Amino acid sequence: MVISRTPLRFIFVAIIACFSLISFANPVVDSTKVHTEATHAVSDSLKRTAHTTEATHAEAGHEAEANLTPEEKEKQQRKEFINHHLLDSHDFVFNANKETGEHYGFHLPVILWDNGLQIFSSEKFHYGEKVAEHNGNFYVLHHEKIYKTDASGKLNEEHGHPTNVKPLDLSITKSVIGILGVALLMFFIFSSLAKSFAKNGGISKGVGRIFEPLVLFVRDEIAIPNIGEKKHKKYMSYLLTIFFFVLFLNLLGLTPLGFNVTGNIAITASLALLTYLITTFTANKNYWGHIFWMPGVPTPMKIILAPIELLGTIIKPFSLMIRLYANILAGHVVLMSIIALMFAFKSWIGSSLSFGLAFALSLLEILVAFLQAYIFTMLSALYFGAANEEHHHDDHH
Amino acid sequence: MEKLINDFSFGLFIWQVVIFVGLIFLLKKFAWKPILDAVNTREEGIKNALLSAENAKKEMENLQASNERILQEARMERDALLKDAREIKEKMIADAKEEANVQGARMIEQAKASIESEKNAAMAELKSQVSSLSLEIAEKLLKDELSNKEAQMKLVEKMLGDVKLN
Repeated sequence: MVISRTPLRFIFVAIIACFSLISFANPVVDSTKVHTEATHAVSDSLKRTAHTTEATHAEAGHEAEANLTPEEKEKQQRKEFINHHLLDSHDFVFNANKETGEHYGFHLPVILWDNGLQIFSSEKFHYGEKVAEHNGNFYVLHHEKIYKTDASGKLNEEHGHPTNVKPLDLSITKSVIGILGVALLMFFIFSSLAKSFAKNGGISKGVGRIFEPLVLFVRDEIAIPNIGEKKHKKYMSYLLTIFFFVLFLNLLGLTPLGFNVTGNIAITASLALLTYLITTFTANKNYWGHIFWMPGVPTPMKIILAPIELLGTIIKPFSLMIRLYANILAGHVVLMSIIALMFAFKSWIGSSLSFGLAFALSLLEILVAFLQAYIFTMLSALYFGAANEEHHHDDHH
Repeated sequence: MEKLINDFSFGLFIWQVVIFVGLIFLLKKFAWKPILDAVNTREEGIKNALLSAENAKKEMENLQASNERILQEARMERDALLKDAREIKEKMIADAKEEANVQGARMIEQAKASIESEKNAAMAELKSQVSSLSLEIAEKLLKDELSNKEAQMKLVEKMLGDVKLN
């Protein structure tokens, strides 16, 4: 009996994907909970320092905050720092001193669409502490979201969420800087690799050479086995771009610069959406036939299966989106929590132990960075392959 | 879920889509196409080189095989020739022997015949000589004998006696 390699590989990848989901699932849930509770903790005032109040103190309100011991305050600060890191940011801040209010970093431009383009520096928000005034409009930065307010900067909140108008925020945020940086880096690396091929008669040279095996890996191990020798060519550009884009952004997230781009739902959503659109628009008749009129099953079943299959096409990219987002986010939360432990322990044994743990986890995160890029590309290729599958039912059913 | 929706930044989404799609097309033009083309041509080249090497090897093997075959054939031919030659030699010898035998036999026969005829001739000669001699002797004897009557008579008597005896 011949066992084909493709399904085995798929199962292997699926197991790995599930493994990372399981092993990191709990921290994600925890962080979400903490954050949501923290969000709930904010009452209708504009006291922004309150927005990281610990869940246990949420009910007590702000009065309790004043009664906190210095240790608890520190704890809060760390939690706030982690939560803040996970969000996109309108400033590029490397470090900040809470006591003196000093921030080390630089401001980024804010671009809003509010009755025309409104462009100003994020300096006006002063890290979310002030109400920004521009062209007679007042804006407030709350949880890295910009709301339109009046001169007092008051936010009307309902269930912990402000109900103020949110103008379309096209700001060059920290994540946009990260994306642009990675895009430029990729363009530089791969165009130089392409040039070196031409210059050296088909043999690469220079920095890009490191990535040549990865390019070949994407072609030989991801695209060709999943899509097929004939049709893989038209998907290669997308698969290669997405693989290196996700990989570079994952790795960028591990640098101390504090980027969290692939751990942002908007980024993974856009990537998954592109995969979905490409799958949908390049699918052949056979693929649609499978969705709306599954061959080889009784007619009533066909009617039941059609909506399920149709839903499946949306769930697939949705799982892509959540998988990448959750893995990277969870990695960041766990890593930062363990780093925070170093400071929390305040003893040389505990701190050094958590340093070792953080170090080991960083290595694991590098693996996860590669793995998630691989899985995203692999599953995209798998979906493209399914959309391009040729008719071959007569010998199966 | 609420957090996911709340975290979703539409502006970032737009930026990401614009930059990413732009990146795909830029890289497609300036990187992926040239890289994949170069890799493909290189692989094609390697494949062709390997194929031609394989072909050359096969040709070489064929050549060697045919050389071997030719050599084998030559050897067989040589053996056949040698065998033929040996056979011819043996046949010739045999023929020669037979010829010689026949010839010898004939010569012997001839010799025997000539000897016989010579002998016969000699015998005939001898006989004629002997008869002539005996006639001469007889003549002389008779002349001597018959010179006197007595002797003649005695002879006649003797002869008659011989005849009687016979």
